[in-house]
Amino acid sequence: MRVTVDGDKCQGHNRCYALAPELFDVDDYGYAHELHDGAVPAGLEDKARLAAANCPEFAITVEEEA
Amino acid sequence: MTGHHAPVTDWATDFDHADPVWAAEAPRIWDELRSSCPIAHSERYGGVWLPTRHEDVAAVAYDTEHFTSRSVVVTEGRPLIPAPQGIAPPISSDPPFHHEARRLLLPAFSPKAVAALEPFTRAYCEGLLDAAAGNAVIDGATDYAQHIPVRIIAEMLGFPPEDADQFRLFVHNTLESVDLPVEKRMENFGLLDAYLSAQIRDHMANPRDDLTTFLLQAEMDGRPLNPEHIRGSIVLLLIAGIDTTWSAIGASLWHLAAHPEHRQRLVDEPDLLPTAVEELLRFYAPVTMARLVKDDVEFQGCPMKAEEWVLLPFPSANRDPEVFDRADEVVLDRAENRHAAFGLGIHRCVGSNLARMELRVALEVWLARVPVFELADPDAVTWSGGQVRGPRTLPIRVG
Ligand code: HEM
Ligand code: SF4
Repeated sequence: MRVTVDGDKCQGHNRCYALAPELFDVDDYGYAHELHDGAVPAGLEDKARLAAANCPEFAITVEEEA
Repeated sequence: MTGHHAPVTDWATDFDHADPVWAAEAPRIWDELRSSCPIAHSERYGGVWLPTRHEDVAAVAYDTEHFTSRSVVVTEGRPLIPAPQGIAPPISSDPPFHHEARRLLLPAFSPKAVAALEPFTRAYCEGLLDAAAGNAVIDGATDYAQHIPVRIIAEMLGFPPEDADQFRLFVHNTLESVDLPVEKRMENFGLLDAYLSAQIRDHMANPRDDLTTFLLQAEMDGRPLNPEHIRGSIVLLLIAGIDTTWSAIGASLWHLAAHPEHRQRLVDEPDLLPTAVEELLRFYAPVTMARLVKDDVEFQGCPMKAEEWVLLPFPSANRDPEVFDRADEVVLDRAENRHAAFGLGIHRCVGSNLARMELRVALEVWLARVPVFELADPDAVTWSGGQVRGPRTLPIRVG
């Protein structure tokens, strides 16, 4: 599984970093980016889906198959 | 709750967010409009539109081409200071100016910067409850919620904490007395202006490690900020975080006081609190913003005229059943929650990380210290009117 943050859509609500700090980090301005180039380590799939489902800007994409 | 206008009799064609009925029953009004007249219009304030569906609120928030942020508080007048800077950057700013003006403020409010303020916030909340120890009734709004954001922002701006009452008056004058005549509002702004001048003089003479000094020394595109920009941003930081956060804390306490099963669940499962905080923010989102129509435009079939207002009721968007399952219920463990309490798009609340921390810590401390409580007198509870909605009197019986 892979996650991607769309930098043009992200407005720094920080829901992803709060819910899944293993998968996302934020810069000094509070905007998010994915960790490990977006690869989701085994066992963290639910957290990835949860983060995406809580992004108010629909900025996070989850690719189930990748 | 000022009620300087005639009472509203028809919410679809003549609504007024300063009407006492709105203060008391806004959620019912939004629900009714959403299913009968999803974009309402009123001739008051020189013309106001009110979208109530999530889709329409989001579309206006994202559309900075047709809607300007030159003013975000609906009043009788129109702001004199032109876009793109506006009176209180970045909230009053439009692209492209907005981006850099906002970026200046973001680092002080990043999740990591805010985490450093948590111990201070916790100790302060503990102190408020120490002061109320032994009382059978604590007012959740006036003894507790209203003090917390004021104390924290005074600390961040480097303003004297003993001026808290004045800050609350400035907030009241700016955000609640919205239906006063323009002259009276200008007179009220004079008080805030004079206070600010004194603080700026003091910070210029004695620079220190705080946000006021930071803004006085900051540069944008290699040049110092113009004086109006500095003043506007300080006013924004002083005003934007106070009654908003206090309303969110108060509304959450009100909910828990009225719903013993939810109160008990959070006492028993403290780990649920961060999730519950998001749900309380969704359901009791305190802030409705506004835009001005730039040029005449047709939006969803509505003929919007230049210089008319558009209210952005994020709390109504948050209760739209098209977007949220069981939208009209507080589901404490709601897992999927894309609520818009902090806005959508480029103006997303700069203080959202701070507000979330304050709300979570305020509830954590209260629930640990006062696990059993209920409304002392449900009829005595009052709610603020205007664009920031939350309890202003909230007597709670403790123990
Ligand atoms: C629960 C508490 C709060 C709520 C619900 C809230 C809500 C909002 C909303 C909805 C906006 C969007 C404005 C728009 O679209 O025009 C906003 C903007 C803003 N808020 Fe908050 N706010 C809260 C607390 C705070 C705090 C604690 C601060 C910090 C002092 C703050 C500072 C700001 C600033 C500076 C902006 C302007 C951002 C921009 O225009 O780029 N807010 N807030
Ligand atoms: S939740 Fe969405 S908007 Fe917020 S930081 Fe993460 S990606 Fe950005």
